[in-house]
Amino acid sequence: MPIDDSIEGLDLIYQKPETLTETPLHYCPGCGHGVVHRVLMEVVDEMGIQEQTIGVAPVGCSVFAYHYMNIDMQEAAHGRASAVATGVKRVLPDKFVFSYQGDGDLAAIGTAETIHTVNRGENILMVFINNGIYGMTGGQMAPTSLIGQKTSTSPYGRDEKLIGYPLKIADMLIILPGAYYVTRQAVSSAGAVRKLKKAVKKSFEYQKLNKGTCFIEVVSNCPSGWGMTPVEANKWMEENMFPYYPLGDLKVPKADSNLN
Amino acid sequence: MNQTLDLIREARLMKGNEALAEAAIRAGIHAYFGYPITPQSEVLEYFTREMPKRGGIVLQAESELAAINMIYGAAGAGARVMTSSSSPGISLMQEGLSYIASAQLPCLVVNVNRGGPGLGTIQPSQGDYFQATKGGGHGDYHLIVLAPASVQEMADFVFDAIALAEKYRNPAMILADGALGQMMEKVELPEEGSLEYPDKNWATVGKPKDRDRNIITSLFIQPEKMEQINLELQEKYKRLKEEVRYELISAEDADILLVAFGLSARICQKSIELAREKGIKLGLLRPITLYPFPEEAIASFAPKVDFFLVVEMNAGQMIQDVKLSVNGKKPVFHYGRMGGMISSPEEVLGKVEEIIEKQLVTNE
Repeated sequence: MPIDDSIEGLDLIYQKPETLTETPLHYCPGCGHGVVHRVLMEVVDEMGIQEQTIGVAPVGCSVFAYHYMNIDMQEAAHGRASAVATGVKRVLPDKFVFSYQGDGDLAAIGTAETIHTVNRGENILMVFINNGIYGMTGGQMAPTSLIGQKTSTSPYGRDEKLIGYPLKIADMLIILPGAYYVTRQAVSSAGAVRKLKKAVKKSFEYQKLNKGTCFIEVVSNCPSGWGMTPVEANKWMEENMFPYYPLGDLKVPKADSNLN
Repeated sequence: MNQTLDLIREARLMKGNEALAEAAIRAGIHAYFGYPITPQSEVLEYFTREMPKRGGIVLQAESELAAINMIYGAAGAGARVMTSSSSPGISLMQEGLSYIASAQLPCLVVNVNRGGPGLGTIQPSQGDYFQATKGGGHGDYHLIVLAPASVQEMADFVFDAIALAEKYRNPAMILADGALGQMMEKVELPEEGSLEYPDKNWATVGKPKDRDRNIITSLFIQPEKMEQINLELQEKYKRLKEEVRYELISAEDADILLVAFGLSARICQKSIELAREKGIKLGLLRPITLYPFPEEAIASFAPKVDFFLVVEMNAGQMIQDVKLSVNGKKPVFHYGRMGGMISSPEEVLGKVEEIIEKQLVTNE
């Protein structure tokens, strides 16, 4: 039955945001990227800022984000998204600029750029997808992989004595005065998605007011990289990732703190 | 009288690095991103002093890596931008330059070359010729490379490099050296605002409803598409040949042609004077654009001269391009000092005389 027939006589109350393109997503079934893309573009739509928004997506699974987000975008080298976003924002200070980075990008190869971008209080939104693995290159250990987590480059499980601990980079960033709003969210349930959307909207509003860097970590999954079904992956995430990376605000503006 | 006064007023005594920075502001550079390194820190210092007063943007980045990626972002957003560094810092920028060349973003990068390899020395060198002219980073690409030989050219070539970068949507490099950056000479600065802004309808400035989104990328995952992009780049480099620039000094009647760029060319001028006093007809071809390289001009001298002598502050890098140009028609020799040492005019002449002597021996 064609979809138009099936919805005949019904009210359309939920649809793809206009700022998502028609291109089918290349992400694996169950992956969180698609939902985060959607949330971002929903906010852009609702705030009516498509014409003023520039996104930066570096190397990683989301390097193709520009296929899906119908806004002006720049692809960046591995780890350099926040430096590229800095360049964009400095010459276009009235536009909304965001970076969309994975854990390898933001918390390993781009750690210096991450810290210094936030330390300068660049008026951008940094979206950080933490799924504890390198998805695009095929499931290698990430800086955020959990202790004991088996990946293709930690086949016996991550041994913190050899390669250190999973990096809680968002927790590190909150001590920087340039960080205005730091929060850790997820997309594993409808409620979590609603909270993420609220965080994205707040971040763009703060950006409009030149408040400093807004940083949203999204604890996400990687069914393919983890070798699990989407359902197993979400369960594993809730049981293992969430305890180590607890969800919630890490740093909120003073005036807002009683709202959360 | 008044005109004379104006000239005096406009002619300033300036350091190469400062003349370059001032010229860049006059050329409409809107944003500068950089990181300190000797012998070019005066460029960053000049911008941090002047940009806030003159409505421009300057940012001291946390590294050259970050700086070149800020350049990528800002150039992609349509701004006229530049960075500068010296050899070790330029090495750190190579990844970014490869991305910028592939994404076809115009920008200016200045390398005030110091002696290497490694941390090397802060003294002048031309050891980065290969890196500058052959791409430098990964993949098949080229920068447009201009080589100044005076403080005046440090200023003038900023305008030329930006104009070329924007015309061809390609990163351009000014390849100077520590001496040109540090020495003071009289310079007449180009007029502010004389460089036109091209339309950059490809820039990511926010997508209006009535146009497709603009995307700045160097990622073309399908090999068919990637090959197409490569062919486009190669086509552009062919077109660039129209922009070849070089200078001839006493070359018309020369029996021996020196080929040298930048500071080495300055030294060679003195060698020519000394040689001609001794009756040796020495001339000079100075490539101004190192890429595109003046291969035809050099080839045209092959029938006229006995041999070529390439003089560089390195172990012999440009000599490879000269040899390709001469294509075996005449002998091509090299003279160079390395590691921050500079040849004297007498040393160059000594090399010429040594070759003449040896050739006479060979001819007998």
